[in-house]
Amino acid sequence: MGFDVLFKGTNFIRLLAGLGVALKISLISVAISIPLGIILGMIMTTKNVVIKAVTRLYLEIVRIMPQMVLLFIVFFGATRALGINLSAETASIIVFSFWGTAEMSDLVRGALTGIPVIQYESSFALGLSPLQTYVYVIIPQIVRRMIPLSINLITRMIKTTSLVMMIGIVEVLKVGQQIIEANRKSSPNAAFGVFATVFLLYFLACYPISCLSKYLEKKWEN
Amino acid sequence: MSEILSVKNLSKRFDDLTVLDNINLSVNEGEVVVIVGPSGCGKSTFLRCLNGLEDIQDGEIILDGENISHDKKTLQKNREKIGMVFQSYDLFPHKTILDNVTLAPIKVKKRNKKEVEQEALALLERVGLLSKKDNYPRQLSGGQKQRVAIVRALIMQPKVLLLDEITAALDPEMVHEVLDVVLSLAKEGRTMLIVTHEMQFARAVADKIIFIDGGKIVEEGTPSEFFDNPKTDRLKKFLQTFSYNK
Repeated sequence: MGFDVLFKGTNFIRLLAGLGVALKISLISVAISIPLGIILGMIMTTKNVVIKAVTRLYLEIVRIMPQMVLLFIVFFGATRALGINLSAETASIIVFSFWGTAEMSDLVRGALTGIPVIQYESSFALGLSPLQTYVYVIIPQIVRRMIPLSINLITRMIKTTSLVMMIGIVEVLKVGQQIIEANRKSSPNAAFGVFATVFLLYFLACYPISCLSKYLEKKWEN
Repeated sequence: MSEILSVKNLSKRFDDLTVLDNINLSVNEGEVVVIVGPSGCGKSTFLRCLNGLEDIQDGEIILDGENISHDKKTLQKNREKIGMVFQSYDLFPHKTILDNVTLAPIKVKKRNKKEVEQEALALLERVGLLSKKDNYPRQLSGGQKQRVAIVRALIMQPKVLLLDEITAALDPEMVHEVLDVVLSLAKEGRTMLIVTHEMQFARAVADKIIFIDGGKIVEEGTPSEFFDNPKTDRLKKFLQTFSYNK
């Protein structure tokens, strides 16, 4: 079945290290996307037409453009056109943050505009100040709506890191390919074993996160 | 009886549209004033003006001796004295029933949590909802939620309680349980301003009834004057819409 190659030399450790690279890129990008996304999401709720149009355009660009194209533009394009020499890892963090910020901001905007005005009013009517209203009434509701959705975004980011091998980053999928190629003669069936392991590793990384999101969603459903 | 709320020449306009036109009203302590009128006549807007959810263009609102109509700070300071219950109950969905009730006294009045909780439990028991204290609003029926909303307003010990069509969104069989609570509040001498379409209830609970139409107080009087002996044609016509025997 081709699982034997995993136990040759340091192969399995290399796969894990590859997963580490994938997780590192996605988690750094998440850490950047969440605060930026929250700020941008709050900006998006303004009534200013220009700001609305610009943020809308940004969102649409991110949605329409395949992440791979963005990666190529930033990694190859920036080097050529702007003469900036980005490492592949930096380029992918930029692209993932660009994408994550857009998705996150849309979640925040949705959560903010989804709170009915009467929630503010009934809080004011009880004598709570605007600040108290935000702290005790509005923000907890927003957080509850957003956390499950943003956790979802994290798993999507982890999955999508499989693209970064296209700009030369050796992450888990690439390591897998390397192992298969190196052992093509001695174990021709390695492809199944190695890719199945890669699948399992992705699953182990994403499934607990996905469960957490489901759990929180259920716990907080209103 | 001393005057607790006084409204003088209140006018409210949205751009060119006058919603409330020169309203004058005096409410004494312990008095229950019911406000009726056709949809869109401005009666809900009137209640919302009283606790500052809507700004007013002219006139004065004096609550317990303080003018709360012009200065945001004075309004904020006095808002806890004027409770309001809305048509759609609007409990805080992320908090339990008990936490919904205790939030404002703990955070606004800075009262001791234990003490407030005792009081909240007593009030919940009074409206028959003690067993729901640890539930979330989504687990309650409309009538139950509305009773919690009343308790949530009551625990702030407001001088005046505003009830804005609190049974309008309820199923008919739940209307009674909520109105019973309001009736018992009236009996114990709470000052209330009630907007409602329940005419039977209005008659039972009111000390004074006000008929607003087109943003103006058209007629006011005691329940018997009001229902048995309406003076203006407009009120007669309005009351007719509630009866089916022609």
